[in-house]
Amino acid sequence: MKSLKKMGLFMIFAALMVFAAACGGASTDKTKGTDKTTTPKTEEKKELSGSLSVSGSSAMQPLVAAAAEEFMNANPKVDVQVNAGGSGTGLSQVAEGSVQIGNSDVFAEEKEGIPADQLVDHKVAVVGMTAAVNPKVGIKDIKKADLIKVFTGKITNWKELGGKDQKIVLVNRPDSSGTRAVFNKFALDGATPAEGITEDSSNTVKKIINETDGAIGYLAFSYFTDNTVTPLAIDGVEPTADNVQSGEFPVWAYQHSYTKGEADGLAKAFLDYLMTDDIQNTLLNEQGYLPVTKMKVERDAKGNQTNK
Amino acid sequence: MEKLTPAKDRLLKSKNNWMDGELRGKVLVLLCAVIMISATISITIFLGTKGLQSFIKNGVSLLEFLTSTHWNPTNQAKPEYGALPFIFGSFAVTFLAALIAAPLGIGGAIFMTEIAPSWGRKILQPIIELLVGIPSVVYGFIGLTVLVPFIREHVGGLGFSLLSGMIVLSIMILPTIATIATDAISSLPNSLREGSYALGATRWQTIRKVLIPAALPSLLTAIVLGMARAFGEALAVQMVIGNVRNLPSSILDASATLTTIITLNMGHTTYGSVENNTLWSMGLILLVMSFAFILLIRYLSSRRKM
Repeated sequence: MKSLKKMGLFMIFAALMVFAAACGGASTDKTKGTDKTTTPKTEEKKELSGSLSVSGSSAMQPLVAAAAEEFMNANPKVDVQVNAGGSGTGLSQVAEGSVQIGNSDVFAEEKEGIPADQLVDHKVAVVGMTAAVNPKVGIKDIKKADLIKVFTGKITNWKELGGKDQKIVLVNRPDSSGTRAVFNKFALDGATPAEGITEDSSNTVKKIINETDGAIGYLAFSYFTDNTVTPLAIDGVEPTADNVQSGEFPVWAYQHSYTKGEADGLAKAFLDYLMTDDIQNTLLNEQGYLPVTKMKVERDAKGNQTNK
Repeated sequence: MEKLTPAKDRLLKSKNNWMDGELRGKVLVLLCAVIMISATISITIFLGTKGLQSFIKNGVSLLEFLTSTHWNPTNQAKPEYGALPFIFGSFAVTFLAALIAAPLGIGGAIFMTEIAPSWGRKILQPIIELLVGIPSVVYGFIGLTVLVPFIREHVGGLGFSLLSGMIVLSIMILPTIATIATDAISSLPNSLREGSYALGATRWQTIRKVLIPAALPSLLTAIVLGMARAFGEALAVQMVIGNVRNLPSSILDASATLTTIITLNMGHTTYGSVENNTLWSMGLILLVMSFAFILLIRYLSSRRKM
């Protein structure tokens, strides 16, 4: 009896070891498997198979995951894994080759420590964003100069701008956030915002703006689905898809998918799929992004805007 | 019952088994110990090298990092790396949380062991165990939805504040303190209580003058362990503290801790960049602090033996 018990214990340990080994092995197997399967598939394009791992920007995750699902439906032998971990993580991982596609909401050139020359940029979508205020503030339009004053702390009460007598409460994003970088650059003309509550998730930011009197923050257009927060027009330009596409509304950013070197195999097929009209005109719309194909202006990594 | 074998055979057989089992067991537990030790050591080495990189490779001044109050790593022209507000924030919420949780936890422990050992324990024990089981994100979410608006309306400020952080944390570390304190008090020899009663002391006098002093080292260990947990907690605090880079001037001001800054920024920064390395440095500070907490616990429990 005693030895049986001991055997049992031993077996449990052995099972644990095997389990752990299997778990450890699986991830390495997967990446190896992908390398093998994706490269030869470039020649025969008819049936795609293999697996593709995508990582990066959490803002892009829902879009890419939805696209991946449709892509897998169309190509049943393909397995696409989409992880979110932040733009920095995505760029780092694609640069070191641990994923095939790294999503980022900023240009790779803007991030330190990334070999941007080795990465190839695929702009898959556009996101417009604007300042959002608590509805009780009573302001719908703001001049850019005033917006800068609000965010740098030079204006501290909404009544100075014709709103209610409420103290201004700033809701920021973390220093390294892509959303913050875009907003600072194009809405605040590079001014450094004053300190305020800092939250990472757009949903939390929206919740705080909605609950706090006098709060102002910034959100992507896709979060203005109800009237819990009021999006602000900047210099009289309404924050709409049309105005972003025509280049009139300045605060927008590309959603990038980076590959290391030119995309090939499955990665190329998937990126091509993201650019099809089907995805650009319907899925992007559903998810609150703007199609990159309809942009009438384009922008380089330094932020210079030119007409297409 | 099995048929009895002669004693000689049985002994011989068991000796074989003994050799077998002994060796197998020894290897097994040795393996476990080696895995645990190597995991700890490798994490320490990894965090050490990563955390020191910002000072060695990127030339961030250690003095600036520890004493400056200006944190602005993304300012390209003049990046500033002062982590003092976060270090201060971490310590502030930790001590304030301990300030609430320690009396509550120890009080509860005394109630469970001395005042109402039977029904008190029956009710309190499961409640405390339940508190341990609630995930920290749930504490944070409750804090964000209930506590923050409550403080905003009834106490003042924005609601996102040191106060919210300390209340959430104190509830989170309460079970740690209460459990260890309960064990400490109930493991005191009964002769202490009996001796005290025999001298004519009341129950309260016994608790205050005899039991608490006798259990004090363990009670302090309980508090330090709770503080260690509070120091390392990230998610729940991040949701209620506001994450502001300035030094808080009052308990109603929003603040930030080392852990919240790490979790907020880690995903956005790229491996090997200064920003990323400074986050690792903050991680190193957390590790050093937890070593300090362990040393403190060691010191406290060595006093108990005397």
